Amino acid sequence: MIGDLDFEVIGRSLPYLLRGLQYTVQLTVVAALGGTFFGTLLAMARLSSFRPVSLTAAGYVNLMRSVPLLLVIFWFYFLAPVIVQSVMGWERPPQIGAERSAYITFIMFEAAYFCEIMRAGIQSISKGQVGAAFALGLNYWQAMKLVILPQAFRNMLPVLLTQTIVLFQDVSLVSLLNVTDFVGASVKIAQRDSRVVEMYAFVAVVYFILCYSLSTLVKQLQRRIAIIH
Amino acid sequence: MHLGIFLEQVPDGNMAWWQMLASGLGWTLATAFFAWIMAFVLGSIVGVVRTTDNHWAVRIGDAYVELFRNIPLIVQFFIWYFVVPGLVLAVKRWVVTLDPTQHQFVTAVICLGFFTSARIAEQVRSGIQSLSRGQRNAGYALGLTQTQTYRFVLLPMAYRIIIPPLTSEIMNLIKNTAVAYSIGLVELFFRTREMAEMTFRYFDAFTAATVIYVVIALTANRVMALIERRLAVPGYITGGK
Repeated sequence: MIGDLDFEVIGRSLPYLLRGLQYTVQLTVVAALGGTFFGTLLAMARLSSFRPVSLTAAGYVNLMRSVPLLLVIFWFYFLAPVIVQSVMGWERPPQIGAERSAYITFIMFEAAYFCEIMRAGIQSISKGQVGAAFALGLNYWQAMKLVILPQAFRNMLPVLLTQTIVLFQDVSLVSLLNVTDFVGASVKIAQRDSRVVEMYAFVAVVYFILCYSLSTLVKQLQRRIAIIH
Repeated sequence: MHLGIFLEQVPDGNMAWWQMLASGLGWTLATAFFAWIMAFVLGSIVGVVRTTDNHWAVRIGDAYVELFRNIPLIVQFFIWYFVVPGLVLAVKRWVVTLDPTQHQFVTAVICLGFFTSARIAEQVRSGIQSLSRGQRNAGYALGLTQTQTYRFVLLPMAYRIIIPPLTSEIMNLIKNTAVAYSIGLVELFFRTREMAEMTFRYFDAFTAATVIYVVIALTANRVMALIERRLAVPGYITGGK
Protein backbone atom coordinates (compact mmCIF):
# COMPACT_ATOMS: atom_id res chain seq x y z
CA MET A 1 0.00 0.00 0.00
CA ILE A 2 2.73 2.47 0.97
CA GLY A 3 4.12 2.27 -2.56
CA ASP A 4 0.92 3.74 -3.98
CA LEU A 5 1.12 6.91 -1.95
CA ASP A 6 1.64 10.15 -3.83
CA PHE A 7 2.42 13.08 -1.61
CA GLU A 8 2.90 15.39 -4.58
CA VAL A 9 -0.83 16.03 -4.45
CA ILE A 10 -0.11 18.26 -1.45
CA GLY A 11 2.40 20.40 -3.35
CA ARG A 12 0.03 20.75 -6.28
CA SER A 13 -2.91 21.83 -4.18
CA LEU A 14 -1.01 23.91 -1.62
CA PRO A 15 -2.32 27.34 -2.72
CA TYR A 16 -5.91 26.05 -2.48
CA LEU A 17 -5.26 24.49 0.94
CA LEU A 18 -3.65 27.69 2.19
CA ARG A 19 -6.69 29.69 1.15
CA GLY A 20 -8.77 27.25 3.19
CA LEU A 21 -6.42 27.68 6.15
CA GLN A 22 -6.71 31.44 5.78
CA TYR A 23 -10.50 31.21 6.10
CA THR A 24 -10.09 28.98 9.17
CA VAL A 25 -7.75 31.50 10.84
CA GLN A 26 -9.99 34.44 9.91
CA LEU A 27 -13.08 32.76 11.31
CA THR A 28 -11.19 31.79 14.47
CA VAL A 29 -9.93 35.34 15.11
CA VAL A 30 -13.29 37.00 14.42
CA ALA A 31 -15.18 34.46 16.54
CA ALA A 32 -12.67 34.75 19.40
CA LEU A 33 -12.92 38.56 19.46
CA GLY A 34 -16.69 38.62 18.99
CA GLY A 35 -17.14 35.77 21.43
CA THR A 36 -15.04 37.52 24.06
CA PHE A 37 -17.03 40.74 23.62
CA PHE A 38 -20.47 39.14 23.82
CA GLY A 39 -19.24 36.59 26.35
CA THR A 40 -18.15 39.40 28.67
CA LEU A 41 -21.55 41.08 28.34
CA LEU A 42 -23.22 37.72 29.02
CA ALA A 43 -21.03 37.19 32.08
CA MET A 44 -22.01 40.59 33.43
CA ALA A 45 -25.65 39.70 32.75
CA ARG A 46 -25.28 36.36 34.55
CA LEU A 47 -23.82 38.12 37.57
CA SER A 48 -26.55 40.76 37.53
CA SER A 49 -28.69 40.99 40.65
CA PHE A 50 -31.73 41.60 38.45
CA ARG A 51 -33.14 38.08 38.20
CA PRO A 52 -34.81 38.18 34.74
CA VAL A 53 -31.49 39.29 33.20
CA SER A 54 -29.34 36.72 34.99
CA LEU A 55 -31.80 33.89 34.30
CA THR A 56 -32.06 34.71 30.60
CA ALA A 57 -28.28 34.79 30.27
CA ALA A 58 -27.92 31.54 32.20
CA GLY A 59 -30.59 29.88 30.04
CA TYR A 60 -28.82 30.94 26.85
CA VAL A 61 -25.42 29.72 28.08
CA ASN A 62 -26.76 26.37 29.29
CA LEU A 63 -28.70 25.80 26.07
CA MET A 64 -25.62 26.46 23.93
CA ARG A 65 -23.48 24.23 26.10
CA SER A 66 -25.84 21.26 26.05
CA VAL A 67 -26.33 20.85 22.28
CA PRO A 68 -23.67 19.65 19.82
CA LEU A 69 -21.81 22.39 17.95
CA LEU A 70 -22.75 20.68 14.69
CA LEU A 71 -26.44 21.17 15.45
CA VAL A 72 -25.81 24.84 16.29
CA ILE A 73 -23.94 25.30 13.00
CA PHE A 74 -26.92 23.95 11.05
CA TRP A 75 -29.42 25.91 13.16
CA PHE A 76 -27.75 29.21 12.36
CA TYR A 77 -27.26 28.27 8.74
CA PHE A 78 -31.03 28.10 8.38
CA LEU A 79 -31.93 30.82 10.87
CA ALA A 80 -29.34 33.48 9.95
CA PRO A 81 -31.24 34.73 6.86
CA VAL A 82 -34.46 34.93 8.88
CA ILE A 83 -32.75 36.75 11.77
CA VAL A 84 -31.06 39.28 9.47
CA GLN A 85 -34.38 39.82 7.67
CA SER A 86 -36.27 40.63 10.85
CA VAL A 87 -33.48 42.78 12.31
CA MET A 88 -33.11 44.83 9.13
CA GLY A 89 -36.84 44.84 8.41
CA TRP A 90 -36.35 43.58 4.86
CA GLU A 91 -39.12 42.08 2.79
CA ARG A 92 -37.39 38.79 2.00
CA PRO A 93 -34.57 36.88 3.66
CA PRO A 94 -31.12 37.70 2.23
CA GLN A 95 -28.85 35.08 0.67
CA ILE A 96 -26.20 34.61 3.35
CA GLY A 97 -24.52 31.30 2.60
CA ALA A 98 -22.71 28.94 4.91
CA GLU A 99 -19.41 30.81 4.73
CA ARG A 100 -20.87 33.96 6.26
CA SER A 101 -23.45 32.37 8.55
CA ALA A 102 -20.52 30.53 10.18
CA TYR A 103 -19.27 33.88 11.54
CA ILE A 104 -22.59 34.45 13.30
CA THR A 105 -22.67 30.83 14.53
CA PHE A 106 -19.24 30.83 16.08
CA ILE A 107 -19.58 34.27 17.67
CA MET A 108 -22.87 33.24 19.29
CA PHE A 109 -21.65 29.77 20.26
CA GLU A 110 -18.29 30.85 21.65
CA ALA A 111 -19.95 33.69 23.56
CA ALA A 112 -21.49 31.01 25.80
CA TYR A 113 -18.09 29.41 26.52
CA PHE A 114 -16.23 32.72 26.90
CA CYS A 115 -19.03 33.84 29.23
CA GLU A 116 -18.20 31.07 31.70
CA ILE A 117 -14.50 31.97 31.57
CA MET A 118 -15.16 35.69 32.08
CA ARG A 119 -17.61 34.96 34.87
CA ALA A 120 -14.88 33.08 36.71
CA GLY A 121 -12.51 35.97 35.94
CA ILE A 122 -14.86 38.61 37.32
CA GLN A 123 -15.54 36.50 40.41
CA SER A 124 -11.80 36.13 40.99
CA ILE A 125 -11.57 39.86 41.74
CA SER A 126 -11.94 40.51 45.43
CA LYS A 127 -15.07 42.22 46.70
CA GLY A 128 -12.91 44.93 48.26
CA GLN A 129 -11.90 46.19 44.83
CA VAL A 130 -15.51 46.60 43.77
CA GLY A 131 -16.25 48.41 47.01
CA ALA A 132 -13.22 50.63 46.54
CA ALA A 133 -14.28 51.52 42.98
CA PHE A 134 -17.76 52.51 44.14
CA ALA A 135 -16.31 54.42 47.09
CA LEU A 136 -14.27 56.48 44.59
CA GLY A 137 -17.57 57.49 42.99
CA LEU A 138 -17.31 55.32 39.89
CA ASN A 139 -20.58 54.01 38.48
CA TYR A 140 -21.14 50.35 37.50
CA TRP A 141 -19.84 50.66 33.92
CA GLN A 142 -16.81 52.70 34.98
CA ALA A 143 -15.96 50.23 37.75
CA MET A 144 -16.24 47.35 35.28
CA LYS A 145 -14.23 49.04 32.54
CA LEU A 146 -11.49 50.61 34.66
CA VAL A 147 -11.09 48.26 37.62
CA ILE A 148 -12.63 44.81 37.29
CA LEU A 149 -12.50 43.77 33.63
CA PRO A 150 -8.81 44.66 33.03
CA GLN A 151 -7.81 42.40 35.92
CA ALA A 152 -10.30 39.70 34.97
CA PHE A 153 -8.87 39.62 31.43
CA ARG A 154 -5.34 39.40 32.73
CA ASN A 155 -6.17 36.54 35.08
CA MET A 156 -8.13 34.67 32.44
CA LEU A 157 -5.92 35.33 29.40
CA PRO A 158 -4.36 31.82 29.33
CA VAL A 159 -7.80 30.20 29.60
CA LEU A 160 -9.23 32.48 26.90
CA LEU A 161 -6.33 31.57 24.61
CA THR A 162 -6.70 27.83 25.33
CA GLN A 163 -10.40 28.12 24.46
CA THR A 164 -9.36 29.89 21.24
CA ILE A 165 -7.17 26.89 20.30
CA VAL A 166 -10.20 24.64 20.88
CA LEU A 167 -12.21 27.03 18.70
CA PHE A 168 -9.54 26.84 15.99
CA GLN A 169 -10.07 23.07 15.90
CA ASP A 170 -13.87 23.31 16.13
CA VAL A 171 -14.04 25.57 13.07
CA SER A 172 -13.25 22.45 11.01
CA LEU A 173 -16.87 21.32 11.48
CA VAL A 174 -18.05 23.95 8.97
CA SER A 175 -16.59 21.69 6.30
CA LEU A 176 -19.75 19.58 6.75
CA LEU A 177 -21.71 22.55 5.34
CA ASN A 178 -19.46 22.37 2.27
CA VAL A 179 -17.50 25.45 3.38
CA THR A 180 -13.91 25.55 2.08
CA ASP A 181 -12.06 25.93 5.35
CA PHE A 182 -8.78 24.04 5.78
CA VAL A 183 -10.52 20.68 6.24
CA GLY A 184 -13.14 21.50 3.59
CA ALA A 185 -10.38 22.28 1.07
CA SER A 186 -8.61 19.02 1.85
CA VAL A 187 -11.84 17.03 1.52
CA LYS A 188 -12.45 18.51 -1.94
CA ILE A 189 -8.90 17.77 -3.13
CA ALA A 190 -8.94 14.30 -1.56
CA GLN A 191 -12.11 13.40 -3.42
CA ARG A 192 -11.13 14.99 -6.73
CA ASP A 193 -7.72 13.31 -6.88
CA SER A 194 -8.63 10.15 -4.92
CA ARG A 195 -5.79 10.93 -2.50
CA VAL A 196 -7.69 10.48 0.74
CA VAL A 197 -4.88 8.94 2.79
CA GLU A 198 -2.25 11.53 1.88
CA MET A 199 -4.53 14.55 2.31
CA TYR A 200 -6.00 13.63 5.68
CA ALA A 201 -2.63 12.58 7.08
CA PHE A 202 -1.21 15.92 5.97
CA VAL A 203 -4.10 17.88 7.50
CA ALA A 204 -3.70 16.03 10.81
CA VAL A 205 0.04 16.80 10.91
CA VAL A 206 -0.50 20.49 10.14
CA TYR A 207 -3.17 20.85 12.83
CA PHE A 208 -1.01 19.03 15.34
CA ILE A 209 2.03 21.23 14.72
CA LEU A 210 -0.03 24.44 14.86
CA CYS A 211 -2.09 23.56 17.95
CA TYR A 212 0.82 22.03 19.85
CA SER A 213 3.04 25.07 19.27
CA LEU A 214 0.26 27.45 20.22
CA SER A 215 -0.57 25.59 23.41
CA THR A 216 3.14 25.50 24.34
CA LEU A 217 3.22 29.29 23.91
CA VAL A 218 0.12 29.66 26.07
CA LYS A 219 1.80 27.61 28.82
CA GLN A 220 4.84 29.89 28.74
CA LEU A 221 2.61 32.94 28.88
CA GLN A 222 0.75 31.44 31.82
CA ARG A 223 4.02 31.12 33.74
CA ARG A 224 5.02 34.71 32.91
CA ILE A 225 1.83 36.48 33.84
CA ALA A 226 0.98 34.39 36.88
CA ILE A 227 0.51 36.73 39.85
CA ILE A 228 2.31 35.34 42.85
CA HIS A 229 0.19 35.81 45.92
CA MET B 1 -44.39 23.54 15.36
CA HIS B 2 -46.67 20.98 13.79
CA LEU B 3 -46.23 17.83 15.79
CA GLY B 4 -48.15 15.79 13.22
CA ILE B 5 -45.02 15.63 11.08
CA PHE B 6 -43.40 13.26 13.58
CA LEU B 7 -46.23 10.76 13.08
CA GLU B 8 -45.97 10.86 9.30
CA GLN B 9 -44.40 7.91 7.53
CA VAL B 10 -40.86 8.02 6.21
CA PRO B 11 -41.16 7.85 2.39
CA ASP B 12 -39.11 4.70 1.84
CA GLY B 13 -39.75 2.69 4.96
CA ASN B 14 -42.43 1.49 7.33
CA MET B 15 -41.50 3.83 10.14
CA ALA B 16 -42.76 7.20 11.33
CA TRP B 17 -40.32 10.10 11.65
CA TRP B 18 -40.35 9.94 15.45
CA GLN B 19 -39.23 6.30 15.25
CA MET B 20 -36.46 7.35 12.88
CA LEU B 21 -35.22 9.94 15.39
CA ALA B 22 -35.55 7.40 18.20
CA SER B 23 -33.39 4.91 16.31
CA GLY B 24 -30.84 7.71 15.77
CA LEU B 25 -30.89 8.39 19.50
CA GLY B 26 -30.28 4.68 20.08
CA TRP B 27 -27.14 4.78 17.92
CA THR B 28 -25.98 7.97 19.66
CA LEU B 29 -26.32 6.41 23.11
CA ALA B 30 -24.80 3.08 22.07
CA THR B 31 -21.79 4.81 20.53
CA ALA B 32 -21.33 7.01 23.57
CA PHE B 33 -21.69 4.05 25.95
CA PHE B 34 -19.02 1.86 24.36
CA ALA B 35 -16.72 4.80 23.70
CA TRP B 36 -17.04 5.80 27.36
CA ILE B 37 -16.02 2.36 28.61
CA MET B 38 -13.00 2.36 26.31
CA ALA B 39 -12.12 5.96 27.23
CA PHE B 40 -12.47 5.34 30.95
CA VAL B 41 -10.19 2.29 30.95
CA LEU B 42 -7.55 3.78 28.63
CA GLY B 43 -7.75 7.21 30.23
CA SER B 44 -7.32 5.77 33.73
CA ILE B 45 -4.25 3.78 32.68
CA VAL B 46 -2.61 6.73 30.91
CA GLY B 47 -3.55 9.09 33.74
CA VAL B 48 -2.02 6.80 36.37
CA VAL B 49 1.12 6.27 34.28
CA ARG B 50 1.62 10.02 34.13
CA THR B 51 1.81 10.24 37.93
CA THR B 52 4.42 7.50 38.39
CA ASP B 53 8.14 8.09 38.93
CA ASN B 54 9.11 6.47 35.63
CA HIS B 55 10.41 9.36 33.53
CA TRP B 56 9.88 7.65 30.18
CA ALA B 57 6.41 6.38 30.99
CA VAL B 58 5.39 9.92 31.96
CA ARG B 59 6.73 11.26 28.65
CA ILE B 60 4.85 8.68 26.62
CA GLY B 61 1.67 9.42 28.58
CA ASP B 62 2.09 13.15 27.97
CA ALA B 63 2.66 12.57 24.25
CA TYR B 64 -0.49 10.42 24.11
CA VAL B 65 -2.58 13.22 25.58
CA GLU B 66 -1.07 15.90 23.33
CA LEU B 67 -1.63 13.75 20.23
CA PHE B 68 -5.36 13.42 20.72
CA ARG B 69 -5.86 16.94 22.02
CA ASN B 70 -4.26 18.82 19.14
CA ILE B 71 -6.05 17.35 16.14
CA PRO B 72 -9.68 18.33 15.41
CA LEU B 73 -12.16 15.56 16.09
CA ILE B 74 -13.47 15.47 12.52
CA VAL B 75 -9.92 14.98 11.22
CA GLN B 76 -9.47 12.13 13.72
CA PHE B 77 -12.64 10.57 12.32
CA PHE B 78 -11.16 10.78 8.80
CA ILE B 79 -7.90 9.25 10.05
CA TRP B 80 -9.63 6.23 11.58
CA TYR B 81 -12.10 5.84 8.75
CA PHE B 82 -9.89 6.43 5.68
CA VAL B 83 -6.20 6.64 6.59
CA VAL B 84 -5.76 3.68 8.95
CA PRO B 85 -7.41 1.12 6.63
CA GLY B 86 -5.51 2.73 3.73
CA LEU B 87 -2.14 2.26 5.42
CA VAL B 88 -2.57 -1.01 7.31
CA LEU B 89 -3.39 -3.93 5.08
CA ALA B 90 -4.65 -6.13 7.92
CA VAL B 91 -7.19 -3.47 8.94
CA LYS B 92 -8.32 -3.07 5.35
CA ARG B 93 -8.86 -6.84 5.02
CA TRP B 94 -10.96 -6.84 8.18
CA VAL B 95 -12.93 -3.72 7.30
CA VAL B 96 -14.12 -5.10 3.95
CA THR B 97 -15.74 -8.03 5.76
CA LEU B 98 -17.94 -5.60 7.77
CA ASP B 99 -21.12 -4.07 6.49
CA PRO B 100 -20.97 -0.25 6.25
CA THR B 101 -23.03 0.38 9.39
CA GLN B 102 -20.81 -1.91 11.47
CA HIS B 103 -17.72 -0.23 10.03
CA GLN B 104 -19.04 3.24 10.88
CA PHE B 105 -20.06 2.19 14.36
CA VAL B 106 -16.73 0.52 15.20
CA THR B 107 -14.83 3.50 13.80
CA ALA B 108 -16.93 5.96 15.80
CA VAL B 109 -16.42 4.02 19.04
CA ILE B 110 -12.65 3.73 18.54
CA CYS B 111 -12.25 7.35 17.47
CA LEU B 112 -14.34 8.81 20.30
CA GLY B 113 -12.81 6.31 22.73
CA PHE B 114 -9.27 7.48 22.05
CA PHE B 115 -10.27 11.15 21.84
CA THR B 116 -12.11 11.07 25.16
CA SER B 117 -9.47 8.88 26.85
CA ALA B 118 -6.89 11.66 26.45
CA ARG B 119 -9.21 14.06 28.25
CA ILE B 120 -9.97 11.55 31.02
CA ALA B 121 -6.24 10.88 31.40
CA GLU B 122 -5.75 14.58 32.05
CA GLN B 123 -8.49 14.56 34.71
CA VAL B 124 -7.21 11.40 36.40
CA ARG B 125 -3.69 12.81 36.53
CA SER B 126 -4.80 16.11 38.07
CA GLY B 127 -7.06 14.22 40.48
CA ILE B 128 -4.18 12.11 41.76
CA GLN B 129 -1.83 15.07 41.90
CA SER B 130 -4.33 17.08 43.91
CA LEU B 131 -4.00 14.60 46.77
CA SER B 132 -1.45 15.48 49.39
CA ARG B 133 1.94 13.78 49.16
CA GLY B 134 1.24 12.34 52.60
CA GLN B 135 -1.41 9.97 51.27
CA ARG B 136 1.03 8.19 48.98
CA ASN B 137 3.70 8.11 51.67
CA ALA B 138 1.23 6.79 54.22
CA GLY B 139 0.40 3.97 51.80
CA TYR B 140 4.05 3.07 51.43
CA ALA B 141 4.63 3.39 55.20
CA LEU B 142 1.86 0.83 55.76
CA GLY B 143 3.86 -1.57 53.61
CA LEU B 144 1.62 -1.37 50.54
CA THR B 145 3.23 -1.82 47.15
CA GLN B 146 2.91 0.92 44.53
CA THR B 147 0.04 -0.94 42.84
CA GLN B 148 -1.75 -1.42 46.16
CA THR B 149 -1.22 2.23 47.08
CA TYR B 150 -2.91 3.31 43.85
CA ARG B 151 -5.68 0.74 44.18
CA PHE B 152 -6.60 1.32 47.84
CA VAL B 153 -5.41 4.83 48.68
CA LEU B 154 -4.95 7.18 45.73
CA LEU B 155 -7.51 6.14 43.12
CA PRO B 156 -10.56 5.87 45.40
CA MET B 157 -10.04 9.48 46.46
CA ALA B 158 -8.94 10.75 43.04
CA TYR B 159 -11.99 9.34 41.23
CA ARG B 160 -14.32 10.97 43.74
CA ILE B 161 -12.62 14.32 43.33
CA ILE B 162 -12.91 14.28 39.54
CA ILE B 163 -16.60 13.31 39.30
CA PRO B 164 -17.66 16.86 38.29
CA PRO B 165 -15.18 17.16 35.39
CA LEU B 166 -15.98 13.58 34.37
CA THR B 167 -19.64 14.61 34.18
CA SER B 168 -18.70 17.30 31.66
CA GLU B 169 -16.69 14.74 29.73
CA ILE B 170 -19.69 12.41 29.49
CA MET B 171 -21.78 15.25 28.16
CA ASN B 172 -19.01 16.25 25.74
CA LEU B 173 -18.81 12.66 24.54
CA ILE B 174 -22.55 12.48 23.85
CA LYS B 175 -22.39 15.78 21.97
CA ASN B 176 -19.29 14.66 20.07
CA THR B 177 -21.10 11.60 18.69
CA ALA B 178 -22.81 14.06 16.32
CA VAL B 179 -19.48 14.41 14.50
CA ALA B 180 -19.82 10.72 13.50
CA TYR B 181 -22.32 12.12 11.01
CA SER B 182 -19.21 13.00 8.96
CA ILE B 183 -18.53 9.31 8.28
CA GLY B 184 -22.22 8.53 7.79
CA LEU B 185 -23.16 6.89 11.09
CA VAL B 186 -26.95 7.02 11.37
CA GLU B 187 -26.97 8.67 14.81
CA LEU B 188 -29.38 11.34 16.03
CA PHE B 189 -27.92 14.28 14.12
CA PHE B 190 -27.80 12.26 10.89
CA ARG B 191 -31.47 11.35 11.24
CA THR B 192 -32.38 14.94 12.12
CA ARG B 193 -30.78 16.26 8.96
CA GLU B 194 -32.34 13.50 6.91
CA MET B 195 -35.77 14.37 8.24
CA ALA B 196 -35.20 18.10 7.63
CA GLU B 197 -34.08 17.57 4.04
CA MET B 198 -36.76 15.07 3.10
CA THR B 199 -39.71 16.90 4.65
CA PHE B 200 -38.40 20.49 4.36
CA ARG B 201 -39.46 20.88 8.01
CA TYR B 202 -36.09 22.14 9.19
CA PHE B 203 -37.48 24.02 12.16
CA ASP B 204 -39.45 21.05 13.51
CA ALA B 205 -36.66 18.54 13.03
CA PHE B 206 -33.97 20.73 14.57
CA THR B 207 -36.19 21.72 17.48
CA ALA B 208 -36.83 18.04 18.23
CA ALA B 209 -33.10 17.29 18.16
CA THR B 210 -32.33 20.27 20.40
CA VAL B 211 -34.92 19.16 22.94
CA ILE B 212 -33.56 15.60 22.93
CA TYR B 213 -29.95 16.75 23.42
CA VAL B 214 -30.96 19.10 26.26
CA VAL B 215 -32.88 16.30 27.97
CA ILE B 216 -29.87 13.96 27.66
CA ALA B 217 -27.59 16.65 29.12
CA LEU B 218 -29.92 17.27 32.06
CA THR B 219 -30.33 13.54 32.72
CA ALA B 220 -26.59 12.88 32.61
CA ASN B 221 -26.09 15.79 34.98
CA ARG B 222 -28.65 14.52 37.50
CA VAL B 223 -27.41 10.93 37.37
CA MET B 224 -23.82 12.00 38.00
CA ALA B 225 -24.90 14.26 40.87
CA LEU B 226 -26.65 11.25 42.39
CA ILE B 227 -23.53 9.10 42.00
CA GLU B 228 -21.43 11.85 43.51
CA ARG B 229 -23.69 12.04 46.58
CA ARG B 230 -23.74 8.26 46.97
CA LEU B 231 -19.97 7.99 46.86
CA ALA B 232 -19.13 11.04 48.94
CA VAL B 233 -16.68 10.40 51.79
CA PRO B 234 -18.25 11.92 54.92
CA GLY B 235 -16.71 15.22 55.91
CA TYR B 236 -14.34 15.22 52.97
CA ILE B 237 -15.84 16.42 49.74
CA THR B 238 -18.66 18.87 49.29
CA GLY B 239 -20.45 17.73 46.18
CA GLY B 240 -23.84 17.51 44.52
CA LYS B 241 -26.68 19.23 46.23
